[in-house]
Amino acid sequence: MSKAKEATMPEEVKGFSQVRLDVDVTTGTFKESKLSKEFVRDWIGGYGFGAKVLWDELKPGVDPLGPENVFVWAIGPYPGTLLPTSSKYGVFAKSPLTGLFGMAISSGSVGAQARRAGINMVVIKGKAPELCYMVIDDEDRYLVPCSKTLAGKGCYETEEIIKEEFEDQRLAVMSIGPAGERMSRMGCITNDRNRQAGRTGMGAVLGSKNLKAICIRGTKPIEVARPKEFYQITKKLIKAANGPSTSKYRDQGTPSGLVSYNKLGMMPSYNHREGTFDHIDIINGDVLNRDWVIKKVACSQCSIACDHLVRVPKTHPDYPNLITSIDVEMCYSFGTATGCYDWPTIFKCIQMCDNYGVDAISAGVTSAMACELYEVGLITKEDLGYELPFSSTKNLVRFTEEMILGKGFAGEIFGDGTRLAGKRLEAKGRKNASYYAMNIKGLEMPAFDLHGMSTFAVGESVASRGACHQRNGAYSVDVKGAFDRFGYDRPVERGKEIINIEDMYTIIDSYIICKFTRGIYENDAEIAKVFELTTGIPFSEQFMKQRGAAIVTLAKCFNLREGMTRADEHPPERFFKEAHTKGPAKGVVLKEEGFQSVLSGYYEARGWDPKTGIPTDETLKKLGLDFAIGKIQLPKQGGKK
Amino acid sequence: MSSSKKKKIHTFIVVDAEKCTGCETCESICSFVHDGVFNPINSRIHRVRIEPVINIALSCQKCEDAPCVKACPEKALTKDEDTGSIIIDAKKCNGCAFCSRACDFGVITLHLETQKAITCDLCEGMKDEFVDPTKGKKEPQCVEVCPKEAVALKSVEQIGEESRIDAVKRLMSEQLKEYEQKKRNQKKKNLRRKK
Repeated sequence: MSKAKEATMPEEVKGFSQVRLDVDVTTGTFKESKLSKEFVRDWIGGYGFGAKVLWDELKPGVDPLGPENVFVWAIGPYPGTLLPTSSKYGVFAKSPLTGLFGMAISSGSVGAQARRAGINMVVIKGKAPELCYMVIDDEDRYLVPCSKTLAGKGCYETEEIIKEEFEDQRLAVMSIGPAGERMSRMGCITNDRNRQAGRTGMGAVLGSKNLKAICIRGTKPIEVARPKEFYQITKKLIKAANGPSTSKYRDQGTPSGLVSYNKLGMMPSYNHREGTFDHIDIINGDVLNRDWVIKKVACSQCSIACDHLVRVPKTHPDYPNLITSIDVEMCYSFGTATGCYDWPTIFKCIQMCDNYGVDAISAGVTSAMACELYEVGLITKEDLGYELPFSSTKNLVRFTEEMILGKGFAGEIFGDGTRLAGKRLEAKGRKNASYYAMNIKGLEMPAFDLHGMSTFAVGESVASRGACHQRNGAYSVDVKGAFDRFGYDRPVERGKEIINIEDMYTIIDSYIICKFTRGIYENDAEIAKVFELTTGIPFSEQFMKQRGAAIVTLAKCFNLREGMTRADEHPPERFFKEAHTKGPAKGVVLKEEGFQSVLSGYYEARGWDPKTGIPTDETLKKLGLDFAIGKIQLPKQGGKK
Repeated sequence: MSSSKKKKIHTFIVVDAEKCTGCETCESICSFVHDGVFNPINSRIHRVRIEPVINIALSCQKCEDAPCVKACPEKALTKDEDTGSIIIDAKKCNGCAFCSRACDFGVITLHLETQKAITCDLCEGMKDEFVDPTKGKKEPQCVEVCPKEAVALKSVEQIGEESRIDAVKRLMSEQLKEYEQKKRNQKKKNLRRKK
């Protein structure tokens, strides 16, 4: 089968530029090489490229903030073409937040510009002797020292200054803010002002390499393999992208989910103490759109335009004319999770995160942890210098700023996310502080409350980068009611359901396109077809799905090699011990035994050892991952000898 | 409606800034149907984003007394009497870009590969293979694919009429409300009678 595939490989691959750029920032050298046809077919793009390169080239056990960490930037074959939502890029490295596989995806204009510059993947190693930014301007690639001009600057200003320097308003700029420079483990990368590669601290990794920004532009044309058919299908997809399957993203935006999740008791509130929010009459998509949204904008080549920009009126005493971009995750992290129901406060916090450069999910969830710690008395006014109960406003803004910039008690304790905050407080004798740290594998949880989500509890726990609904979208299983969301029956079937979703998500993250478009394709075969029409490489649905499974499994191998064990794939204790006091999931807690049985079911369905979660040699062979056999170091407490 | 009526009334590409999201789809498709490859630098329509909130795309306005035509030292540019489009004689064009400098809207540019002037031709010059077989004719593809229907082919007369209607709606909003209320009441009455 695979031989037949190779026989029909096209003479020339389209879509992919196949150019890999290696940058040693220690010496400032750039080296170009060509990705083989087989490599691009088997690893598809974004997530796949990242997983393969990190597996092959990252030495296990290195310090994520040291020069040995490998930073990968990658796109698939689509940026710059007409395919809806195709201008996306991914960044990958060992995560300083989780110590495991780190990745984040963003969009805007970066993917398209990079593709026109002829770049498919950039692999950055080493550490620059001083703060500098990287330029990829078609064939010109160089580093520019900037410790005098850009150090300490926010992402917005950094972007503006570099664009001015190039006299090009369309230059794509990815930058880190002061948080990334000081290597906050929540550090993110901001581009096009409002788009972030937010999660798992990829901004801190850039900071550790002394890279303030990467700016890219290009003028090369992009060809596709079968232009006529490609145009027909994309025209259809653009129409579909404005049909019913994406209406919630276009109209109200993702905050449309606030009310529906609240109804299900899945809207995490007060640091996941509850699943319903007391002020849902204010914090919802209707009010947001009616009172605050002024414009919806799109990333390059996106038909949906989900980016809802809000503005605080000029008459507001504290944040006049503040404009920021909002989605449901921030309504949760700085809204329902911290108990805040003052929109301008939420907007201000989001803007600080985007501009100073931290992940607004992690930062909000860390703030929520602080609010709860304050309420239970584990941190005090004497510690902070101010009060911080749930539903704070000005003090929440103050706390957030200090946390991001690493100032005061807030910065010292909470500046690197929930997991370290818990440990630091416990080291100070504040017992049990980690109980309030809402993360899985160190990554702060997204906007789903797991009390009444028995399937997603497993999905979110096994997601490769830690608590994440983007790597593993199994929340839909609980929302749609395919299985009893309070029960644990048919664990292997549940496992299979989780896998189906996870594998397709992996393909989408490798392609890379936006998950909001997953409903515009008629079926998975059509998703596979787009690859073939673009690249000319034969690509069946079956092969595509096998590659999805292979990429997930390789990311898992990476995590195991870094010492992750089964015990790490587990939600915080709160979900097992403490039930909501109201709402549809009132009185419900996750059951340890049930959770473990579904987790084993998932492992089994994956062809991983049901006890340890380690992929079996047979599975590795089947997925073409022979190279990993014998390389996954068994964790010390592993069942085998 | 008839073709004779279409003549002399110049139509051009108009973009509604309210609807435009700045997605660049128009640029992508423009370069693609003309050249067979994607490259916004060779697009005849140009997205402009000033701060994230202001988005629009511009293309040839078909000025009556077109400065680009006057500026061309090679006399390579002429104005089509019927459509109002600027016709570029590629043989004469030497790529001096005087036309670009003369254009108040920045919508006549040089093609990166050919170094000849390009501007919106309402897709008359699009490649045959991309013509929609169900329509069988060359039409502006940016209008066709704009996801938000923000791009339209309109005449000055149409634009004026639309603006006038909007203005009247604003000016006479009270009367309009009354009228619509009356209409609704009438409907209800009719329904009751039927029952």
